[in-house]
Amino acid sequence: MSETTSTESREPVIPSQPGPRRLLLEIDQVVLRFGGVVALNEVSFQIHEGEILGLIGPNGAGKTTCFNVMTGVFKPTSGQVRFAGARVSGRKPPEISRMGISRTFQNIRLFPEMTALENVMVGTDSRHKTSVVGALFRLYRVRPKPEELPQVTSEAGLLRTWQQVRRSCAQIFGLSRHILEERAAEKKSLELLRFVGIQGRANEVARNLSYGDQRRLEIARALATEPKLICLDEPAAGFNPAEKEQLLKLIRQIRDRGHTVLLIEHDMRLVMGVTDRVVVLEFGTKIAEGSPDEVSRDPRVIAAYLGESVDAA
Amino acid sequence: MMNKLRATEARRRAALSGIADRWAALPAWQRLIGVTAFIAILYYLPLLGVPGLTWLRTDSIDGGNSWAGVLFTCAIYVLVAIGLNVVVGLAGLLDLGYIGFFAIGAYSVALFGSTNSPVVKWMQRTFELEPTWAVAWAICIPLAIALSLTSGVILGWPTLRLRGDYLAIVTLGFGEIIRIVARNLTGVTNGAAGISAIPGPEGAPSADNQIFGLQDLKPWYWLAITVVLLMVFAVRRLENSRVGRSWLAIREDEDAAAVMGVNGFKFKLWAFAIGAALGGLSGFLFASRNAFIDPSQFNATLSILFVAMVVVGGSGNMVGVAFGAVLLAYLPERFRFVSDYRWVAFGFAMVVVMVLRPQGLIPSRRRARELQDRAKEAKVSV
Ligand SMILES: Nc1ncnc2c1ncn2[C@@H]1O[C@H](COP(=O)(O)OP(=O)(O)OP(=O)(O)O)[C@@H](O)[C@H]1O
Ligand SMILES: [Mg+2]
Repeated sequence: MSETTSTESREPVIPSQPGPRRLLLEIDQVVLRFGGVVALNEVSFQIHEGEILGLIGPNGAGKTTCFNVMTGVFKPTSGQVRFAGARVSGRKPPEISRMGISRTFQNIRLFPEMTALENVMVGTDSRHKTSVVGALFRLYRVRPKPEELPQVTSEAGLLRTWQQVRRSCAQIFGLSRHILEERAAEKKSLELLRFVGIQGRANEVARNLSYGDQRRLEIARALATEPKLICLDEPAAGFNPAEKEQLLKLIRQIRDRGHTVLLIEHDMRLVMGVTDRVVVLEFGTKIAEGSPDEVSRDPRVIAAYLGESVDAA
Repeated sequence: MMNKLRATEARRRAALSGIADRWAALPAWQRLIGVTAFIAILYYLPLLGVPGLTWLRTDSIDGGNSWAGVLFTCAIYVLVAIGLNVVVGLAGLLDLGYIGFFAIGAYSVALFGSTNSPVVKWMQRTFELEPTWAVAWAICIPLAIALSLTSGVILGWPTLRLRGDYLAIVTLGFGEIIRIVARNLTGVTNGAAGISAIPGPEGAPSADNQIFGLQDLKPWYWLAITVVLLMVFAVRRLENSRVGRSWLAIREDEDAAAVMGVNGFKFKLWAFAIGAALGGLSGFLFASRNAFIDPSQFNATLSILFVAMVVVGGSGNMVGVAFGAVLLAYLPERFRFVSDYRWVAFGFAMVVVMVLRPQGLIPSRRRARELQDRAKEAKVSV
């Protein structure tokens, strides 16, 4: 572990709006075994709406496994995950994604041969209603909003007449829901690419993006599914300090957009700087929970994690 | 020698991608004119009489087959390739039993449309109909599509949970099962004797048919090319929609796609069903034009030929697979000496193409990159 953390180097924590918040995600006594390995051992914690929760722990502690249970990749051996009151464990990943949990991957898993824009659009598709029949026949029509109508741009002549005809047709018959969804998806995806700061690479295939841009693209793709809860798995891995600073801002902005954030991160400075609360795992067991300050003073945590990283440094 | 070949190859590839780029950069109205002109040429093709180009016609050589007939076969194969491309090229599911759906489409029109079929005879007896009665050709169209689509769903439902090689094995078995059932279920399909008098648009084949006769095959080609163009239009719509994106995402990383909300099973099943329907439709056209089918026409080698069309042409790219289909259908007809050694020449050509151009002749750009990268990785790992 390269990051050495001491309490002095920590940035002051500004607790964001205090007060009671709605319970969003509840992990309740979750156990997950892989054969003999107990990856999660009766782990319980809760996430409230609008907070940034840090999930930390040494390598192999079970953090990523916890994400996998929450997003339906693994089914817990016992215990339950509830999201906004509804049961999550046992459901399939696409369904959970529609319920409002999204994530990024520790080892980047984009669609490498699709462009950045297409990657994000796959995310937006999870909210689309059009499927094969709708895309093929385009019979389902909706009344477009005024700004969605075809514009008449030409000054005069045949082209102008044609544009007027198209506009009138759209007013009378409406536009196909498929086309409107497709346009909205593109607009929203571009906006998200701008938000994470890679709008200039929209038409680049994901595989050709730099490592940092791929991480940013993963965040944009996860945001595109309109999650209530977004889980970031080591988003700063491989970032330099300047990039980490940007990421810190980005995570705050994500919260300000109305998403709840669950963050796995090894860089303690980043965790201390951005999270409201921290849960610490070690060998699949929760060993501490509390504000970043409390947690970093907890002797068990220091022994398990901070102590170890200081030793290593 | 090999190096020189590779160098020319690289130059040609650069030129090709240049054409594609320039084409995409043209204004919409110019592309519209281009496409219209191309379609006009397609419809003109059976009449081809331009001096200097007549050597292209298959009947320009001794004992050559009817030019329009060969064009018809090409059109059928293009339809097959487009359908199989949805399954193999877009959704990334290796289907080695595509002939099964082709056969189901062909047998739909044979069993319900021909007065010689045991099924129609049984209906005549049961419902006391005239001996000339059979299901109308036009009704057989949706019937063939529905039956092949349903069989696609029935085959896909349990098997699409399998991945990679397992799916290939199961589908290969499916293609064979359909053929064997058609041969052994004598009471329904006439078995190896086959079914004759399969109707066309004008009803059962007869000398009185004005347009869709047995001699002049031009109308058949025009019918087939119309169907092909309609299907190209339809598949393009899917490709450029949420559906196409989901297929690509599944092909690239199925688990990540699932977490992003893509219902992998649903879209794979759709790809399978759409592919099956297109295969059925081409089988339907084939049977109508041929007026006679028997099980030996649907053997596994044809399945492999279908996959070869897709792979040689350029998996994932509709233009590519159509080109591959035309090539594999046309070359043996025009160059008869090839047709005698068809499978040898074919195997040799496959090897050459796969060595020099593993992405296919006109690859989809995505696939091309994928394979080039894989080649690089291979070099690194050595
Ligand atoms: N699919 C699997 N099969 C078997 N064991 C697994 C599997 N996934 C994870 N594990 C085990 O579960 C434990 C927790 O792994 P996990 O990836 O969740 O750790 P982590 O906290 O994310 O660590 P890191 O900081 O290295 O990412 C490890 O011992 C790991 O070997
Ligand atoms: Mg991890």
